[in-house]
Amino acid sequence: MNLERVEQIIETYGRDRMNSLPILEDIQREFNYLPRQALELVAKRLGMPQGHVYQLATFFKAFTLSPKGEHQCKVCLGTACHVKGGALILETLEKELKVKAGATTADGKFSIEGVRCLGACALAPIIVIDNQPLGQITADAAVQKIRELAAPKTAPSPAPAPAPASKPAAAVPKRGVDMSAVPPR
Amino acid sequence: MAEWEPVLLANVHRPNSEKIGTYLAHGGYQALRKALSMSPEAVVAEVKASGLRGRGGAGFPTGVKWGFLPPDAPVKYLAVNTDEGEPGTFKDRLIVERDPHAILEGVIIAAYAIGAHRAFVYIRGEFFLGVKRWIKAIADAYQHGFLGKDILGSGFDLDVSVHRGAGAYICGEETAMLESLEGKRGQPRLKPPYPAQVGLWGRPTIVQNVETLANVPHIILRGAAWYASIGTEQSKGPKIFCVSGHVNRPGNYELPLGTPLREIIEKYAGGVRYGRHIKAVIPGGVSTPMLTARQIDVPMAFETLAAAGSALGTGAVIVMDETTDMVEVARRITDFFVHESCGACVPCRLGGFRMLERLEAIARGRGRPDDLAKLESLARGISGLTFCPLGTGMCEPVLSGLALYRDEFVARLNTAAKR
Repeated sequence: MNLERVEQIIETYGRDRMNSLPILEDIQREFNYLPRQALELVAKRLGMPQGHVYQLATFFKAFTLSPKGEHQCKVCLGTACHVKGGALILETLEKELKVKAGATTADGKFSIEGVRCLGACALAPIIVIDNQPLGQITADAAVQKIRELAAPKTAPSPAPAPAPASKPAAAVPKRGVDMSAVPPR
Repeated sequence: MAEWEPVLLANVHRPNSEKIGTYLAHGGYQALRKALSMSPEAVVAEVKASGLRGRGGAGFPTGVKWGFLPPDAPVKYLAVNTDEGEPGTFKDRLIVERDPHAILEGVIIAAYAIGAHRAFVYIRGEFFLGVKRWIKAIADAYQHGFLGKDILGSGFDLDVSVHRGAGAYICGEETAMLESLEGKRGQPRLKPPYPAQVGLWGRPTIVQNVETLANVPHIILRGAAWYASIGTEQSKGPKIFCVSGHVNRPGNYELPLGTPLREIIEKYAGGVRYGRHIKAVIPGGVSTPMLTARQIDVPMAFETLAAAGSALGTGAVIVMDETTDMVEVARRITDFFVHESCGACVPCRLGGFRMLERLEAIARGRGRPDDLAKLESLARGISGLTFCPLGTGMCEPVLSGLALYRDEFVARLNTAAKR
């Protein structure tokens, strides 16, 4: 495990308990989960009891203690998406990937989860795959998208390449897509 | 009533609306200049006189809240709530992503009025673009001298920083948000003391919603009398209504408070899809009680919705047509609240779980004859008995669903009896 990277993330924000959430978020983004050693290091550097770091890691939905899939698919189950068939999309994807919501496929490629209102209700029903929002989507189109991602691109690589260690620290998430729906005027 | 010319959403349709240049070219930061030429007390008085009420859901009069700060406190804070999470609500996201400077100008004016030299923006972790836009807006404002030391030569200093949440609905509650800002689990604090007395790190703190702050520059620039002339007796100013669900044109619509719900649905959101009929409408986010098709002539204002047995909440209108399964809606909303309960108060943590158990049984056709009475009794044991309004909000959709669509619930019970 690359603890060096964890140190970098901590130093980006500074050793203050107030920064614990963004630090944990960046660690989650880097490793796809919160490794135990990383949590221990955060506790040590921020001068917090390990239990308090664990509290944060288990309270907030963005954190997981086991690795998430390579591709993360979130299906909005907010009320507006619900009345427009969000649950049906989730069910269809569960069948397609043969895995229950909240879990990761055996090959570690996909994880799916039903999430609370994403705040893009004009685009209902909406799913988000790898932070890319797909609004007003049908169950069939969602399955299609998953199959595209599952298909091997060219030659199948023997193992997923490890994340480059020298990646510059990102204080701001790189991806950002406009999800504000503006009514026609 | 004449067609409403948008004030809060006047900028969002412009190309590059998020850039400081665009904002300045359309009169941006003029209100700040005017506010800095007034005394802080005069700014508070102006906001108080405007009748502006909080847009985050509770609807507390903003100027009155600012007046609650102890005047002799050495350090005061302003916290900006961008943790928009109420299902059905997507107005704050729109302003943050498309017009962040409109909020920032409101933040600076509010901080000046209450004497805060430090403002904290708390934003939902899922709002990737919003986080970027907030950070960029703040950086640009520093460059132009709208933030930092001696803002525009007024002698007033203000620093603003952005803090991301990590996925917890409860952090939209003001005291839970403060806990999270301090780097703790987002569990609400017992009130009183209110944050205006004891807030962030024990200092007096004013917590304000994004849309509320976006109103402030307009009040300063055009005056309290102009603002107070919009809306109804107790609900002043424009409001962004987020319309979603089974309508033809879902979206954000800015209209004066007091606009009838029917007009919002039929005229602006294009009516119900496929020419169907309305079955139920949630008028202000899922924590507010539902209304039936017969009630949609109600004006969308704090006092009129309260009289109709509901609430304005965040102004998130979710329209459900005649094909909607109301048992399933109640089950789904309860499932959401149970999941998002922070677990601190027993009535919410356990009572919610029990309500969900009953609703799941009813939805599967396995409800027992006394289940409806049990649901109501559980709700009575939760509503109003928790630290924060999540517990009460959890009961509203169930209680209103049971009251308005009881026969649907009963029909499910009957199928159980036949088996």
